[in-house]
Amino acid sequence: MSGYPSSRSERVVIVGASLTGLHAADALRDGGFTGHITLVGAEPHPPYDRPPLSKRVLAGRMSADSTGLPQRQDLDAHWRLGNAAVALDRDARTVTLEDGTTLGFDKLLIATGTRARRWPDPDEAALTGVLSIRTREDAVELQARLAARPGRVLVIGAGFVGSEVASVCRELGLDVTVVERSAAPLAGALGAWAGTAAGRLQRRHGVDLRTDTSVVELEGDADGRLRRARLSDGAVLDVDVAVVALGAVRNVEWLAGSGLTVDSRGVRCDPYCRAVDADGRPCDDILAAGDVACWPHPLYEGLLAVEHWDNAVRQARVAATTILHGPVREHTALPTFWSNQFGLNIKVVGVPGRADQVAVLQGSVERAAFVAAYGRGGRVIGALAVNTPRALDAYAEMISRRMSFPPDLNAADAPDPVHVLDLAVPAAG
Amino acid sequence: MRVMVDLARCQSYGQCVFAAPEIFEISGQEVLEYDSAPSDEWRLHALRARAACPVQAITIGPAAGPGQDLRQPPATRPAADSVGVLR
Repeated sequence: MSGYPSSRSERVVIVGASLTGLHAADALRDGGFTGHITLVGAEPHPPYDRPPLSKRVLAGRMSADSTGLPQRQDLDAHWRLGNAAVALDRDARTVTLEDGTTLGFDKLLIATGTRARRWPDPDEAALTGVLSIRTREDAVELQARLAARPGRVLVIGAGFVGSEVASVCRELGLDVTVVERSAAPLAGALGAWAGTAAGRLQRRHGVDLRTDTSVVELEGDADGRLRRARLSDGAVLDVDVAVVALGAVRNVEWLAGSGLTVDSRGVRCDPYCRAVDADGRPCDDILAAGDVACWPHPLYEGLLAVEHWDNAVRQARVAATTILHGPVREHTALPTFWSNQFGLNIKVVGVPGRADQVAVLQGSVERAAFVAAYGRGGRVIGALAVNTPRALDAYAEMISRRMSFPPDLNAADAPDPVHVLDLAVPAAG
Repeated sequence: MRVMVDLARCQSYGQCVFAAPEIFEISGQEVLEYDSAPSDEWRLHALRARAACPVQAITIGPAAGPGQDLRQPPATRPAADSVGVLR
């Protein structure tokens, strides 16, 4: 069957019942799809919103039960929750679930997302008090531990999630140590310059930030409870809560042997969200979207893999279009994400992490309200807006138009003169 | 009732705060916070907030999941064939 689904007997199976899966189902019904939709989820919960988990839920200002996402319409879907997919047979067009059920499909959308990267030593990872934050259960457990007011919280990794956890700890008046292997927090996503500014901000808010440092050992007591952390500089911290915030791992193991091109960056797709097979050919009936997918973006070299809310929603809609109509609409949306931490609204567009130069073009870093543009090879490729969310659309336009960097804005609130800083050039993805 | 704001799209205009102060607030200078599971008594306010949002970033609906999709009982076919809701 190589046509596009039109009849009521067509079966779309969506593996992954989170943000991407929900929006894909919604877009299919919006597009007039009248066939069967089955949503398969490894977690027992219906789709819920993850961003609040490391912010309001952790702070105890929102219940984890309130994170359920709204549904815009009757999806008339069959839900298979708490039942992970374990295998894909492309030839038979079936997905096998954990409980042994086999689901046949005419079109399959892979939306299995990511999971938190675990602490590498399994014995240390198993200590009571060593936690990650990715799922509702993670957030509930960590919230309870923070509410019990531990003497000090250790956060391992100063990316966005780690920095948000540190922010919540300070909001709750808890002592927190953040250990980051690189020279600055958020540097992977925003570059060393913004990372250094973020480090100053964190320290001003009372975070014990230790950069260029790693945790070498987590020590437990006889009852298997975390008691101490040993750092690479020889320091020893007495802690009974450690949050492992070392990024995410894509949930692709179930695709082993499926014949799709899959690696640590996820499921390789074409711009229409069609999964690419081992011979490099896109499959018309198997698609991927959201955190688990990587694809060529016309504005960026190599492949993009984007683990953000906005991409999950937009890519799900492109995938639904491809399911319904074939390869007619490319996924070219710019990566966009946001974070709230230490009282600041942070918004990012494009891919600042790949930039070789940066310049503040509006506002002032000292006043914590500014926009910085990022360039690579003399073109604008990203922008960071702190407490200036309304400025960012204009920068998105500059990125899409491949404007030269630094752009000549003559903004009324521009620093005079504009300073262009060089950044260490990261490798393309 | 569940409320979701696309915070990548949100530009903190704050119109939702005027329309439904029971649900939305601006914390600090530019950080929008909201109650994602407000009481149904604020439904009209929530709908006004959705209509007032200049960037159309607000979604309102019942909580997603199987509970919303059981208007007809699901008919399960044999596992080897397929499983789906017969429409």
